[in-house]
Amino acid sequence: MNVKYMYSLLAVIALFLLAYLGVEAAGLELLFGIIIPYVAVAAFVAGVVYRVMGWARSAVPFRIPSTCGQQKSLPWIKPNKFDNPFTPGAVVVRMILEVCCFRSLFRNTRNFIQEGKIAYQLEIWLWVAALAFHYAFLTVIVRHMRLFTEPVPALIKLVETVDSFFRFEILTDTIRVGVPGLYMSGLVLLAAVAFLFIRRIVIPHVKYISLPADFFPLFLIFGIAFTGILMRYFSKVNIRAAKELTLGLVSFHPTIPQGIGVVFYVHLFFVCILLAYFPFSKLMHMGGVFLSPTRNLPGNSRAVRHVNPWNYPVEVHTYEEYEEEFREKMIEAGLPVEKE
Amino acid sequence: MKLDKLLSQHKNVLIKRWFDEVVRTYPVDTASFLKQQKDPFANPVGNTTLKGLEALFDVLITGMDREAVNSFLDPIIRIRALQDFTPSHATSFILFLKQAIRETLVKEFHDPDVITAFMNFESRIDDLCLMAFDIYVKCREKIYQLQANEMRNTTFSAFQRAGLVKDVPDEDVPGLRLLTPPKNGICNV
Amino acid sequence: MSDFPKPDQLLSDIDRKPPQMDWMDTPVTIRKGMYCYAANPKSVEYTHLPFPHQWNPLDEDWKLPENWQEILHEGFKVRLERFRSFKLFMDICVRCGACADKCHFFIGTGDPKNMPVLRAELLRSVYRNDFTAAGKILGRLAGARPLTMEVLKELWYYFFQCTECRRCSIFCPYGIDTAEITMMARELFNLIGLNIDWIATPVANCYRTGNHLGIQPHAFKDMLEFFMDDLEEITGVRVEPNFNKKGADILFITPSGDVFADPGTYTCMGYLLLFHYLKEEYGLDVTWSTYASEGGNFGSFTSHEMMKRLNSKMYAEAKRLGVKWILGGECGHMWRVINQYMDTMNGPADFLEEPVSPITGTKFENAKSTKMVHLSEFTADLIKHGKLNLDPSRNDNLILTYHDSCNPARGMGMFDEPRYVIQNVANNFYDMPPNTIREQTFCCGSGSGLNAGENMELRLTGGLPRANAVKYVHEKYGVNMLATICAIDRAALPTLMDYWVPGVGVTGVTEMVANALILPGEGERTTNLRGEPLPGMEDE
Ligand code: HEM
Ligand code: SF4
Ligand code: SF4
Repeated sequence: MNVKYMYSLLAVIALFLLAYLGVEAAGLELLFGIIIPYVAVAAFVAGVVYRVMGWARSAVPFRIPSTCGQQKSLPWIKPNKFDNPFTPGAVVVRMILEVCCFRSLFRNTRNFIQEGKIAYQLEIWLWVAALAFHYAFLTVIVRHMRLFTEPVPALIKLVETVDSFFRFEILTDTIRVGVPGLYMSGLVLLAAVAFLFIRRIVIPHVKYISLPADFFPLFLIFGIAFTGILMRYFSKVNIRAAKELTLGLVSFHPTIPQGIGVVFYVHLFFVCILLAYFPFSKLMHMGGVFLSPTRNLPGNSRAVRHVNPWNYPVEVHTYEEYEEEFREKMIEAGLPVEKE
Repeated sequence: MKLDKLLSQHKNVLIKRWFDEVVRTYPVDTASFLKQQKDPFANPVGNTTLKGLEALFDVLITGMDREAVNSFLDPIIRIRALQDFTPSHATSFILFLKQAIRETLVKEFHDPDVITAFMNFESRIDDLCLMAFDIYVKCREKIYQLQANEMRNTTFSAFQRAGLVKDVPDEDVPGLRLLTPPKNGICNV
Repeated sequence: MSDFPKPDQLLSDIDRKPPQMDWMDTPVTIRKGMYCYAANPKSVEYTHLPFPHQWNPLDEDWKLPENWQEILHEGFKVRLERFRSFKLFMDICVRCGACADKCHFFIGTGDPKNMPVLRAELLRSVYRNDFTAAGKILGRLAGARPLTMEVLKELWYYFFQCTECRRCSIFCPYGIDTAEITMMARELFNLIGLNIDWIATPVANCYRTGNHLGIQPHAFKDMLEFFMDDLEEITGVRVEPNFNKKGADILFITPSGDVFADPGTYTCMGYLLLFHYLKEEYGLDVTWSTYASEGGNFGSFTSHEMMKRLNSKMYAEAKRLGVKWILGGECGHMWRVINQYMDTMNGPADFLEEPVSPITGTKFENAKSTKMVHLSEFTADLIKHGKLNLDPSRNDNLILTYHDSCNPARGMGMFDEPRYVIQNVANNFYDMPPNTIREQTFCCGSGSGLNAGENMELRLTGGLPRANAVKYVHEKYGVNMLATICAIDRAALPTLMDYWVPGVGVTGVTEMVANALILPGEGERTTNLRGEPLPGMEDE
């Protein structure tokens, strides 16, 4: 039994029960619908600010980008502008490539030629799944903005339309009822999370380096997506009531409408846990990408001086001390000296 | 010969089993990397091993030309001689082939001809293992020699050519104390 | 056939690794051949680094100060504040495993703790324990563990199995650079006197005499004079280099390895010939320095402070001599320091001029603040402008390939300049496979002060991926010479080749230039700089 993920799985199950029983048995709608969301958002905001400030407080003494392409040197040598950016503008492009395309992760995915045939490596799947996962996540977040806005902005509606572009309306009469169109993002999210999880337990070296903390967010996100899908397609939840609650939250006039359904509270609780957990975990990696000194600095350290805020004077061995020690030998060898 | 035919027929399975066994002498996560990474440049250990085993397998069937055997064995042993293996660990992988054959061809062993041929074949495998040991020892010697000679071959010979290493090698030649490994102080301090 | 012999008992006893435990439960065994000897206390003392003491990595007791944990904790804290890189890299790894199989030490040794992510986790686990709330509360569940003596030994063992090559960093989605983490770990070890001798002694030597071998000024000059004799024999021309010359145009600094160790010595002769040519043809006045006679900086394998202390000599000497700018020879980590640290540490170099090649008029815009130009940039520019009289056929007995040294590759991005030079001075050149060169280049396995003799197994296993790619071009194209622009490479790769790919030599790029360079007034050359017959001259 792999203890590493069992702990995380148990934790998520416990959280599920907590919310389920809390609402269903103890009737703590107020707690789960209003208090916890506020606390979670506060923790998220405060936590993210705290972490980012923490990083920002640390100095950047040296300009140490990893140079992944030809430097700019002689005018007739073509530099690799974005893998070894020379100007701040080029750095921005490099960062965009990193953030939007996971450029570095893609470098992993090299096709290679084996006995004349091009073969692909397994590693492409990490890149594909990571991209799929993040874009699905982003889409889901954007779509959820409809719950917090009235009227719903056109952009969000557009995202929604595109997302449910493939209207795989299932044509059997029984299921079709109430299936307005399948959101791709939800399914992709589930699939990608499942892949990332399976990868972590199947590939031995990834399993070896994984910590329990690496499984927790995966289970949690799985839980969120799962309860979301459950609400949407299977256990009917009163969307109008849900929106009443969420709008109440954002307008600081919180109310607990009746008849939302317990799955909603579980879903909301999971999201709250994710929000509160986010700043204190590796999920902060996004902030990291933007601040990473090997990526966000131009490779022009010889052309533009970088200043180290804590540069302090150090003990050195001066030329005078050197000549003092070796003067005779230097003179004998015919080397020029300062003091004869 | 029936056994040869059987071996050729099952070549792929046998080599795969053999290779799997060899790879299992590494930690689990390393083993999967050695097996899965097919790029010979990203994974020289796995690919060298696999290629070597394939070639050795053929040689075992077609006859043991000493030179050919050495050329196939050497790359594998050269790697294992450096890694964290005892001498027996480093060379015994040859014997894993016996087990692989026994397990794969277990159904065929009712035929006395096959058994006799197999015993013969086994002694060839044993020979191979002994040759592996020879290579192992040579590699180890090479490592010690490299260790001992590196300084001499590089820095010392440069000094010598420059005539800086006359008869009084120590005091007069600054830096020379660095040349007497392993431990050295600051020169002339 | 049920009574067919069971697999030999002996075999099944020896052929398996013990079942694998979690990495935190796998104790470290310090293996001979994989570690370097402890620093000589005299060397540590000479540079006034903390806690010099006699100890042995194999001993139970490392004779640490009583409060070593406290010292390390404080040191850790200070570094988290001083280096955003460090703090960030401690926090944001998602353990995706993209970097895991990119390290030459993992590829060669198969030791899981040599996966860059795990190497970093060794230290991260301590970080989480000491500095994060989750680690303090959840302990091991959050991947935290206290810094015990066992853990310290593990850290020491594995952070001296990283050559700071940065290969892992280019594959990481966040640019996590394990080399940076290794630098921090080594700074921490130095706080309690746990350096290795192969770093500490060169550092002390360099501090005192200006070079790693502790060569004193007169011997340094002797050595170059010897090269002059050799060159006279080969070319019929007497070169006359300047030493410590005030008012020269350019100060030239190269690693002392080029002056004192084969085959770097031939590269050094190459420098001498090239500068002689430029002096005769264009009146360029280059000087060498005995005070700043070391370009390499083993201080950078010790701590940022030591790096700065050793590096300070470059600008100090340039200022004293009143040169216009500095030209740097072929060296890897020297150039990492110059390119990414020197100006920040010891600049601004406002007493120097923005570098312009007096021969071609080319402005080296990319070096206008640091004012130090790489010899390959300088030479490539000369060749491009047709300023060198070259006969590449003199290198026709050689089939070359080029090893991108880690530091110029991933700490600078110098790929095309040396290739351009090589292709203009030699006719046979083949690159190694794409995933083993340029930014993806494999380390020689001996960088960052690990090129000692006692850790030969480590070096040879770490160098396997590099050697394997050389072997490929050796077999495919008959490559017999490996060119590089790094002094550690020139010292370490011959050994590596000797073990893995016999028949391949190692050379500096400038040695190739000098072979091809036709000097004004030279006699007929029959041999190359190594005294080997030139192609077509075998019988003379
Ligand atoms: C901006 C650039 C980003 C990059 C390059 C990036 C990259 C990655 C990668 C490589 C993984 C590892 C997948 C795995 O093996 O587990 C991951 C996981 C994850 N990322 Fe990101 N990410 C980025 C931004 C974000 C953002 C903005 C979020 C915000 C919600 C986010 C949330 C997550 C989550 C929840 C996981 C799964 C956690 C886990 O695997 O334990 N990421 N990311
Ligand atoms: S690639 Fe980066 S994020 Fe992924 S495991 Fe390695 S260091 Fe961590
Ligand atoms: S910097 Fe190089 S040696 Fe160090 S962990 Fe990364 S790949 Fe390995």
